[in-house]
Amino acid sequence: MTAFLTRLLGRLPVGYLQLTHSPGRLLAALAGVAFANVLVFVQLGLAGSMAESVAIPYRLFQPNLLILSPVESETLTDAATLPRQRLFQALVHPDVTGGTSIYVGRSTWISGHDASSSIQFFGLASDAGSFLHDALAAPLVSLSLSDTALVDTLTRFVDMRGFVGATPDAPVPFEIQNRQLGAVGNVSIGGGFGGDGVFLVSDQTFFHLFPQRSSATPSHILLGLAPGADPGRVAAELVQLYPPDTVRIRAVTDAMAQEVRYQMTERPTGLIFAFGVVIGMVVGIVIAYQVLSADVADHLREYATFKAMGFRQSFFIGIILEEAIILAAIGFWPGLAFSALFYQTLAYLTNIPIFMTPERAVAVFVGTILACALSGILAMRKLAAAQPADLF
Amino acid sequence: MTEPVITVRHLDHFFGEGEASKQALFDVNLAVGRGSLTILMGPSGSGKTTLLTLMGCLREVGSGSVMLLEHELCGADEALRVDLRRRLGFVFQAHNLHDSLTARQNVMMGLQVHGRGDPARHARAADHLLGLLGLGERLHYLPGNLSGGQKQRVAIARALVSNPNIIFADEPTAALDKVSGMAAVQLFKELGRTRGTTTVMVTHDPRILDLADRIVTLEDGRIVRDHPGPARNEPLAAPV
Repeated sequence: MTAFLTRLLGRLPVGYLQLTHSPGRLLAALAGVAFANVLVFVQLGLAGSMAESVAIPYRLFQPNLLILSPVESETLTDAATLPRQRLFQALVHPDVTGGTSIYVGRSTWISGHDASSSIQFFGLASDAGSFLHDALAAPLVSLSLSDTALVDTLTRFVDMRGFVGATPDAPVPFEIQNRQLGAVGNVSIGGGFGGDGVFLVSDQTFFHLFPQRSSATPSHILLGLAPGADPGRVAAELVQLYPPDTVRIRAVTDAMAQEVRYQMTERPTGLIFAFGVVIGMVVGIVIAYQVLSADVADHLREYATFKAMGFRQSFFIGIILEEAIILAAIGFWPGLAFSALFYQTLAYLTNIPIFMTPERAVAVFVGTILACALSGILAMRKLAAAQPADLF
Repeated sequence: MTEPVITVRHLDHFFGEGEASKQALFDVNLAVGRGSLTILMGPSGSGKTTLLTLMGCLREVGSGSVMLLEHELCGADEALRVDLRRRLGFVFQAHNLHDSLTARQNVMMGLQVHGRGDPARHARAADHLLGLLGLGERLHYLPGNLSGGQKQRVAIARALVSNPNIIFADEPTAALDKVSGMAAVQLFKELGRTRGTTTVMVTHDPRILDLADRIVTLEDGRIVRDHPGPARNEPLAAPV
């Protein structure tokens, strides 16, 4: 390895030799870097899972236009209602091929002595199939029977194994909102930070469950567009059809991005996770700084000798970068492995959508190298400022 | 008298600033000729090492003049001082070898300071010099596995391997036995004779005074005596 690095660097790999000279210290340094990686991965994973859980309900829909109430329109599940009349007004636009009303409500499902789950209900009209994700079109037909539901097999805190075989011919009964429903099929959506599962019902069943709600005031309106129509242009033109400030119209993907942004930057949970990411990064940099500054301090006399011999500051920066890259590159992998295990465990225990993505792994790897390099350069400041004779 | 490679004029040096400052050197004047072996002597705190480090570009010269290899050090920027240090060799009282580099690798660093080069050629040069200093069997030893004398010989090899113009040595024989110490100083003398390498050495070792071309004695930051050593009947460079 020394010969290879010598050829690669064009000089003796002093940083590598320094690190490997004390295996115990090297292991401790690698453990420190790995721990810093885990900290950052955990925080990024939680933040990412929140963004992912926000995005999941939007994926029930085809990527068309969404009309929302102007009040609390930042979220899909908590938005205020709007008049169904807005749907009919939109149909006059030549690029709007159709539309459907979506009704959103929340209820608590008490399924055992101590088991309760917060369920998000989506009430869908019988003609909603063409506006939903392709995989939902077929099972949606089975909701035509009153008081039936497609239940989420990933619902948290409930043993859903009994629901896996539910069909229209063999519905599985359950009780919610003091009403007996029958599960006639499954979806696999999963809970997030705002609920534990998502159930799909017909609009009629929705009104049975939430009698205070009216078919005249849906939560959202989903519009279908003609092939090739520009959603941005159509949305801008549609807004002109309505009285000022009575609707918000966004493409489904834009609405999803907007809610992710809102949840991450304006809601307490998102801010806590974002703060956690920052804290994780700061702690990571502090750990890397401690490791590398201790190494610099331990070798100050040797560095001073090199400085006396005429080595320039760039040589010392090269050594510390060499160490930083080695520590970052080796310490990253145990950190990644432990974090992936943590994600799996957390996903298993909570059903939140937390998983390792290649983008996140690469970002943390590059960030680790940069953090270690920055820490090393900071640790070298004392040497840069000193005169060689003062260091002996 | 040979041409001077170091000329010191009216050199003062202070440690600290303001009222807390302490003057370490007072109006020092000295010229050192090419190829000579000059020994600086004096009691502890007399300013020997301070003078050595000022002449060797290891400290900034703030007052007076030090001409080193035809460059003025007073007011010189760091880049010039680094360039000049590359033409010098240093042997310190504490050997300051890098503990994670082998004897050979420590010596190779003396060549790598000059930039990228053929590592195999560097290794051969290091091996040759270590062999001359009796360490041919210890090339791959880490400093922790070498005796004090062996470490000092590695440090000497590191200082000599790049053929410096001037060697500055601070108590280089302190950790060496009589034979090794004499051999090392004989090597400095030989380099002076064959290559014109100048040596300026701080030492208290009476065993090597006989090899000096010149002996300069400092007391309380002043040169109090400057006379030819036993190895030469006339000074290589007169006091300026």
